[in-house]
Amino acid sequence: MIELRNLSKSFVTSDGPLDALKHVSLTIEDGDIYGIIGMSGAGKSTLVRCINMLERPTEGSVIWDGVDLGLLSKKEIRQARRQITMIFQSFNLLMQRTCLENVMLPLRLNHMPKADAKERAMALLETVDLPQKANAYPAQLSGGQQQRVAIARALATDPQVLLCDEATSALDPKTTHSILELLREINRKMGITIIVITHQMSVVQEICNRVAILDSGTVVEEGDVSEIFSNPKAAATKALVYPDMTEGMDSFGAEHQQMVRLVFQGASAASKPLIASMAMDCGVAANILSATTRTLGGKVYGNMLLNIPGGPDELAAAVKYLSATPSVTIQVDVEYTPREDGADEETVAEEAADQ
Amino acid sequence: MNSYIQTYFNPDKLAKAWEVIKTDFLAQTGVTLYITLMATLFAILIGLPLGVILVTGDAKGIRPLPKPLMRFLNGLINLLRSAPFIILIVVLMPITRAIVGKAVGNAAVIVPLVIAAFPFVARLVEGSLREVNPNIIEMSLSMGATTWETVFHVMLPESVPSLITSFTTAITTILGYTAMSGAVGGGGLGNLAITQGQQRYNQAVLIAALIVLVILVQIFQSVGTWLARKSDKRLKQ
Repeated sequence: MIELRNLSKSFVTSDGPLDALKHVSLTIEDGDIYGIIGMSGAGKSTLVRCINMLERPTEGSVIWDGVDLGLLSKKEIRQARRQITMIFQSFNLLMQRTCLENVMLPLRLNHMPKADAKERAMALLETVDLPQKANAYPAQLSGGQQQRVAIARALATDPQVLLCDEATSALDPKTTHSILELLREINRKMGITIIVITHQMSVVQEICNRVAILDSGTVVEEGDVSEIFSNPKAAATKALVYPDMTEGMDSFGAEHQQMVRLVFQGASAASKPLIASMAMDCGVAANILSATTRTLGGKVYGNMLLNIPGGPDELAAAVKYLSATPSVTIQVDVEYTPREDGADEETVAEEAADQ
Repeated sequence: MNSYIQTYFNPDKLAKAWEVIKTDFLAQTGVTLYITLMATLFAILIGLPLGVILVTGDAKGIRPLPKPLMRFLNGLINLLRSAPFIILIVVLMPITRAIVGKAVGNAAVIVPLVIAAFPFVARLVEGSLREVNPNIIEMSLSMGATTWETVFHVMLPESVPSLITSFTTAITTILGYTAMSGAVGGGGLGNLAITQGQQRYNQAVLIAALIVLVILVQIFQSVGTWLARKSDKRLKQ
């Protein structure tokens, strides 16, 4: 179990002090695949580097299985880093060493005899499905293959925790999927706790069971992924969960309209022709601004953004009608939050195409 | 032009030049190579660790050293690099005598050469090591490597092609410096060109020595470039 208690980190920059993390408290249970998501600059990378003490927290503590990592000696921290290993966005393989030698590196640092290290590295390359690339150099590999080698290297010291710092951000969607599959398999078969740092909601959605949303150095929301997805509360979470809140919405004059957000839980709710029946039953013709569905842990979640034309009476009628429907939650007068980057737009397009 | 040729390249001069080339060139080329290789070897032995310290001991390095120490090292390197070599030879004579037992001769040339070259090598090594991707250094620390493990397992192996290029630059520069060995009674092709060629008005000797030096530089450079390219696994397809 990893506990972050009241963790803060500030940097001294030429523009004055910068608070990268502000009083972050989180608990990551053994066996979790824990997502930490936020826009760039939210403090995700600093947070993950505090967990293995690559960055020393300015305040607060990191407790790993009851041990306060901040109190350990340098040597003890180096030992801990063999149990809390890390993979990176840019893979960070040694470019002048073969894949096998890359995987052998942590073993050699652990003073394992060369022959044993070689054997173990070979077995690890088989775990990540790349035994045929043992003697190839990283420059000869694709990005996905390089990340697999990096994963094999991170597993070499039999870690208990694997930190993934934007591990799939440099990969295409298909490769991302296969790397996430591999991570899930590692989590299941080896029981390794995985902490995933990402700016892509689709990554959290695909493998995480719990998630924390980081915004400007603060955790604004934390909980089970399915719960966060079906009922996001903080503005930063909504911006991530509802990727339809993009600049394109300006053309609707969205901020001046009566907006209703519907969230469907379960396939039965999502399959009902709700908007059509509302038009027939109470004469309110809603304008569908966007609609998406996601699958989380085998359960279908749909969400729809409606514009209710007319006045307050029509809005009240629509809200009344929609609230009466089981498995549907509604939010009226949805806040309109323009997003800064379009990281998830691809996913939106894909999901829209699925429907 | 005609009179220039008659003065410096008349049959008499050419015969004398041929005599010098026949009797001395091979031996003096050997002396030049001996001085160059020995000086380069020692310059690397001192310059390589110093270059590593310049990078790791930097305020932003992986193991920052006390600022006054870093300022002293940087100051010393800059001081030695700004002194003209011929001045260094003279100034360092007592040190040379203390190290090799005499202040003249081939061995005596090596001492000032090493002292002139190691700061240069340290700067070249510093440049090579600073090219190593900082993410890879972070990776090494994240897997629990110590500073020295990071230097030996990551920084140095990753910069091998760049280090070879740096050492090639060093060896060709040191080869050029050996021409001044005559100032303290050392030998070599450069010295031969000055004493037998320039001072005895025999341009043919001068030119012949120059040609051999050019060939040596070309060989060092070609071998160095070839080795650097061959060792670089980033390019291997």
